[in-house]
Amino acid sequence: MCLGIPGELVEFGQEHEDLAVVDVSGVRRRVNVGLLADEGLRPGDWVLVHVGFALSKISEREAQAVLDYLQGLGQPYEDELDALRGSDIV
Amino acid sequence: MRFVDEYRDAGRARALAGRIAESCRPGRRYTFMEVCGGHTHTIYKHGLEDHLPSEVSLVHGPGCPVCVIPMGRVDDAIHIARQPDVIMTSFGDMMRVPGGSGSFLDAKAAGADIRMVYSPLDALKIARANPDRRVVFMAIGFETTAPSTAMTVLRAAAEGLGNFSVFCNHVMIIPAVKAILDSPDLRLDGFIGPGHVSAVIGCRPYEFIARDYRKPLVVAGFEPLDILTSVHMLLGQLAEGRCEVENQYARVVPWDGNRIALSAMGQVMRLRPHFEWRGLGFIAHSALAMAGEYAAFDAERVFDLPGLRVADPKSCQCGEVLKGVLKPWECKVFGTACTPETPIGTCMVSSEGACAAYYNFGRFSREQMSAAAREQEASRP
Ligand code: SF4
Repeated sequence: MCLGIPGELVEFGQEHEDLAVVDVSGVRRRVNVGLLADEGLRPGDWVLVHVGFALSKISEREAQAVLDYLQGLGQPYEDELDALRGSDIV
Repeated sequence: MRFVDEYRDAGRARALAGRIAESCRPGRRYTFMEVCGGHTHTIYKHGLEDHLPSEVSLVHGPGCPVCVIPMGRVDDAIHIARQPDVIMTSFGDMMRVPGGSGSFLDAKAAGADIRMVYSPLDALKIARANPDRRVVFMAIGFETTAPSTAMTVLRAAAEGLGNFSVFCNHVMIIPAVKAILDSPDLRLDGFIGPGHVSAVIGCRPYEFIARDYRKPLVVAGFEPLDILTSVHMLLGQLAEGRCEVENQYARVVPWDGNRIALSAMGQVMRLRPHFEWRGLGFIAHSALAMAGEYAAFDAERVFDLPGLRVADPKSCQCGEVLKGVLKPWECKVFGTACTPETPIGTCMVSSEGACAAYYNFGRFSREQMSAAAREQEASRP
């Protein structure tokens, strides 16, 4: 559960200022970006997503490195992705 | 993708291993604790100990949030889940954690409505959709996760949701590290500091470790090379007679942490006078409860809890594993009575637990393992 998964910000949610849509390994999900309100996030930025919240802003290079690493983890990463797929935050 | 290739480069790992070996003073032994379960996972998965010279040993710390939940809290959560109008929600990692009388999975099989969620915000959604039910979120985790719970409660309060509460079991890493530093069991030379916890709390809270205990600490990322680099940085500090907090993971961890996360936690939660950690016992000021202003969202006030303390099973040596005193395979029930399918202790449940990580990735055969354990036993004074 302490895994952070990198996601690319696609757009900011219409419903609620803290909500944004991110693309995580091809899965599009809403996440809460309230913890990064200081970061001036914009579409195209990468964030580390942890339990539905963007926890840190990261560089694209870092995002790719983390993704590669996570894919190498196998099952724990699959589980986390499945959980994310099943989640529907509003 | 060059960056990735660099990171995965076995050649770089070997070069780093060489530099690590050169940094060791001959005849001196170095013991470093990796505090975070994510690091433990990387270390076993990639067999990093094989890249280290025999002078350097890594011991595992208490940084697996699932591992430190005491039995009594699991029982309390199951008690809540059994109330007729309750929907209990929890991260998947919690489902198999054994309490005094079974786990969430057992309670669910017996009819309790317990649902796995990915995010506390999923629990909030369930609460909105079920106004006639009371929805409880079993909150676990270190400072990485606590801000998410806090933000969720703030959201629930803003919406005036009356049927949502949190069973707060958030714990804090600093008091746990301090308890380990104060325990006479272990002689440590330095710490590999947790990555994502530090993204929230920053690096400053570790400064007392360097200042008062004269131990270096390097906040590290999760890649194998991050961990090797951090070991090298620790050895460098020791060679130069320095004790400092250094940040190897600056690409994710800001020195001052995340202001918004800390203030959300500060607003919604307060320090508990003490909290029991599985295997480690009571640690003062080591966990968070809901603040009085948010009592309506505090499952501990909304429900009557038995609050019983349940002793860990006799055969369980999780406490020693969590303090780094024992390696997983040295526990008597490791891999026999205690496996990921039938965990006796919590370290076997989560993939971040040292026992589960070792069980899944240990490249020893069982026989070699018990031989190694016997050898360790014999060499112990
Ligand atoms: S093998 Fe099981 S009981 Fe022993 S320390 Fe590990 S998790 Fe605990």
